[in-house]
Formats: sequence, C-alpha cells, structure tokens
Amino acid sequence: MNIPNRQVVCNVLIELAEQDKNIVVLCSDSRGSGSMTDFANTYPDQFVEVGIAEQSLVSVAAGMASVGKKPVAVSPACFLSTRSMEQIKVDCAYSHNNVFLLGISGGVSYGALGMTHHSNTDIADIASIPGMRVYLPSDRLQTEKLTRALMTDQHPAYVRVGRNPVDDVYEEGNVPFEMNKATFLREGKDLAIIACGEMVLYAKKAADALAKEGIEATVIDMYCVKPLDKEAVLKAAQTGRVITVEEHVAIGGMGSMVSQVIATNNPCKVINLTLPDEPVITGNSKEIFHYYGLDDEGIILTAKELIK
Amino acid sequence: MSTLDLQRKACDIRADVVELIYRSGCGHIGGDMSEMEALVALYYKHMNCCPENQNDPNRDRFVLSKGHSVETLYCILADKGYFDKEELMSTFSAYKSRFIGHPNNKIPGIEVNSGSLGHGLSVAVGMAKAGKMDDAPYRVYTVMGDGELAEGSVWEGAMAGGHYKLDNLTAFVDRNRLQISGSTETVMTQDSQEERWAAFGWKVISIHGNDMDAVDAAITEAKLTKGKPTVIILNTTKGCGVSFMENQAVWHHKTLSEEQYHLALKELKQRKESLV
Repeated sequence: MNIPNRQVVCNVLIELAEQDKNIVVLCSDSRGSGSMTDFANTYPDQFVEVGIAEQSLVSVAAGMASVGKKPVAVSPACFLSTRSMEQIKVDCAYSHNNVFLLGISGGVSYGALGMTHHSNTDIADIASIPGMRVYLPSDRLQTEKLTRALMTDQHPAYVRVGRNPVDDVYEEGNVPFEMNKATFLREGKDLAIIACGEMVLYAKKAADALAKEGIEATVIDMYCVKPLDKEAVLKAAQTGRVITVEEHVAIGGMGSMVSQVIATNNPCKVINLTLPDEPVITGNSKEIFHYYGLDDEGIILTAKELIK
Repeated sequence: MSTLDLQRKACDIRADVVELIYRSGCGHIGGDMSEMEALVALYYKHMNCCPENQNDPNRDRFVLSKGHSVETLYCILADKGYFDKEELMSTFSAYKSRFIGHPNNKIPGIEVNSGSLGHGLSVAVGMAKAGKMDDAPYRVYTVMGDGELAEGSVWEGAMAGGHYKLDNLTAFVDRNRLQISGSTETVMTQDSQEERWAAFGWKVISIHGNDMDAVDAAITEAKLTKGKPTVIILNTTKGCGVSFMENQAVWHHKTLSEEQYHLALKELKQRKESLV
C-alpha cells in the first residue's frame, strides 16, 4: 500500500529541515490528519501549533515568512481554502509572503462527512486571487517532486492533496516533472483528456482502455492548475476534442480555465467532468466519483460520446 | 528624544497629516490623530528602525493593523527619510500613485499590507514567534483600532500571543471609543478591554493614549515585561489635536474645507509653540 500524498510532504520536510532551520510547519490541531506528527516529534522547535484557528494559522505563517522563515501551513483543505481565504489573499498573496499552504483531505476525501468537509471550490477560491498559485499533484511520486520545487522558490502556493493513499501514476525513477509544465502521459490523435489530482489516474486508465478499442487519447496531468500550462492546453485542442476531469465544481475550476484558453485561441469541443453545483451524495470518495462520472468508466463513456 | 520633543514632533506630524488629507481630498483623519502619540513615540524613540537599516533582519517590526490610519504612518516615514515627502503629498491616492489608502509593502518602511481589519495581530504574532525561535533581538509592535476588536480573528491572535508568552510583542489598542457608525459601545460592546486581554494572558497597561509621557512610560514598561506579551490600551480622543474634530465620529473619514485646513494648521502651530 502506498503512503498518502500528505505523508510524502511530511517526509520531504523532515529531510530538508535537518539542514534548513528556517523551515517551520504550522498546524491548526491538524498534525495527525495532516500527517505532520512525525515532523512535530522530530523538530519540535520548528513546529507551531495554533489551535483550531485557521485564520490565525495563515496570518502567523505569513508573519513568519516576512521575517525569513519558510512556513508550511497545514490544515484540511475545506477550512484552509474558505475560512482562511482572506488571510491567503491579504497576508500571503498581496503582502508577497512565501507561505506553502497545504490543503489536506481535499476534494471529497472526507466522503460521508458532508459539505462542511468537502473542498469542492478550493481551486476557484484560491486561483482567483492575484499572486496565488494552485497545485493538485496526482500521486506520491509527483507530490515529492512538487514539494521539493516549492521549498526552493519564493512565492506563496496552495497545494491540495487527498486523504487516502492513491495508486501510482508514475514509476519509481521515472517521474517526468518540470515546474509549471503539465506532464503528457500519452499522446493520441483522437481526443485529449486533461486531469488534475486524483483524477489523473482515472484518465490514464480510461485512455488505456480506449486504446484497446482503437481510440487514441492524449492524457495530460495538469498538476499546475495555476499557472495553467496554456501551451499544453493548446496542444490538447489540436486533437479537436477535449475532456477535462477534476474533483471540483465546474465554475472556476481547472476545466473552466482550460475552456477559456481554448475558446480564445483554438475553439473545439470541450466537456468538463466535474462535481455538481450542489452538495454531493453521501458515500466514500470512490462512490462519489463513480456517481458523478469522475472515474475511468465515466471518462470512457464521455469519450465515446464525444467521438461519435 | 525627550517627551517634550516627541510632543512637538507629534504637532508637526499632525500638521503634515492635515496637509496630506487636505491636498489629496481623502483620508481617515480621526484615527490618524488619535494614534499619533503611539506612533511618534515608537518611531522617534523606541523602535530600532530607520531608512539605513530597513533591510536589517534585526530591525524592529511595526504592523499597522488599523490600516486605514495610514496617513500618520506615511507622514512619519516621509519625515524619517524613507521616501520623498513631496511625492507623498502630491500623489497620495492619485491615479497610478504608489501611495494608496492603506499600508502596502512596496513602500519602503512598510512591512506588510493591511487594510482589512483583524489581520495585523496574528501577523505580528508570527513575526514575534519567529524572533523567539531564532533568539533574535528585534521587537514587534502592532496598532489596532477599538472597533477592529470585534473581528474574531483578533482573538485568535491574542490567544496565540498569550499561549506562546511572546514578551517581544507589544500591541496597542487605539481606544477612541468611536467607529464609523458612532460609539463603539452602541455598535458592539467593547468594555472591558482590560479584562478581556488579561484573560488571554496578556499584561495590560491602560493609559491616556494622547499623553506622551504616559505612552513613553508604557512602552518602556512593555519592553521590560518578561513572560507575556503586553497590550497598551490607549484611551485616546478621536481627532485629537484639532478641536473641531475631537470626539466627532463624522471625522472618521472626512476631508477639510479650506477654512478648516487653515484653522487646523493654526491650532497645531499654537499648540507646538506652547510646548516649551
């Protein structure tokens, strides 16, 4: 069984913090759910607990960044992206404070806990803030690359990861990664599937199945939702048919950004597979994905409809 | 600088604020005037910060949480030489000016951006906590408004400041008892701020906030306090220093007529001359 992506972030931070005493992890009573207990135990002097206070979490982290620390603020994505949104806007983005915001248990990871615990609007919430970046890595291997890249740059970013371990999209030792460039998992002439986060694995599985039926799909891992890799989007549009897949509502999500780029530059048919504009059904995340067509089966059905 | 000199400096900065707001046609003058003694005491006596050390990691940090009272901060920073005073006077809030109506850290001397209330204390807590982690010598100061204390996020910061015993942090509350809609106690009860802050683990010093001797002594006492952060409740007069503005909620945000402008400057000049 793989480790969850949140644990990967912790492991990388533990490694880097040995050499870099400016790395600080901040939690809002979220060290367990954020997989940061190991960090807190290893580097108690570089760990700050703020209690269940997400606004303070982000402002305190921003204050630390302003005096030279490299803070990583960890909280469930549902609270971090909405309760702390103004602190992200003013104290991180507007004030140019380099805070790594880690939204854990993102999307519908919390399943049956309901809409309070779902971050189905976090891309729209945070990507719309000038100066903020948004990343949704697809698996543990890419999460490691992304974490290392973010710990060496100078700008605030929001990273959403899910709660549970996910199967690998990439292979150990073969993880193509370029910062702010989407990764092409395969290239095909019939259509393109652009996915982010946990949806990438389903997109890859769907393309494998479609290939067996003679339908060749390009698959793009758009982990960099903002800044969106426009070049990759335009390459996808050359197939004439694009499907976007994301664990997010349609308005303001990755698919809407892709659609804007395509509509402006190279119009073609685009279908956005998303969560609905309403509270989702009760279930675990896999059940929710399946119900709304956000899995390989749903992508295959959509692709065949699009090819007709 | 002696407290008499600080008082005289406060008269000069008040006159600069009147000039700035008259020329630009906008500004939150009431709060500028009430917070004046605290900012003058900090910038001209207590804080280790000047244009020459503005990038020194060990400089003291200041966060104006009540960002709408930025005019006083701008006039002090200009007077200290962080930027050209005439540029401030001639462009404040004008088309494409870098001097906007709230603090912005593109301006030399300003640490973080503010304007939305309830952010500054937690940001200051982060600065102070980082200072403690590094055993750094700098101190952190923040000024909040009393109306601002209705923001719940203030109390998240108060909680963390007390919890981490940040004795390198001093917060001020500009308790002028007026906000844009009228009396703070009518809008939302604030009393007793002394009891509220004490309950959060802070040392509380409550003084006449426009009395320079009292402000100076309170900041000194805060610096000497160990094991907890200090809040200085500045019991102030909104519009302090210009008689027709004092204790008038309407002067929260209001511009001066030509007659009022001359009247205000004349009064401030007389006030300064009386300080001997």
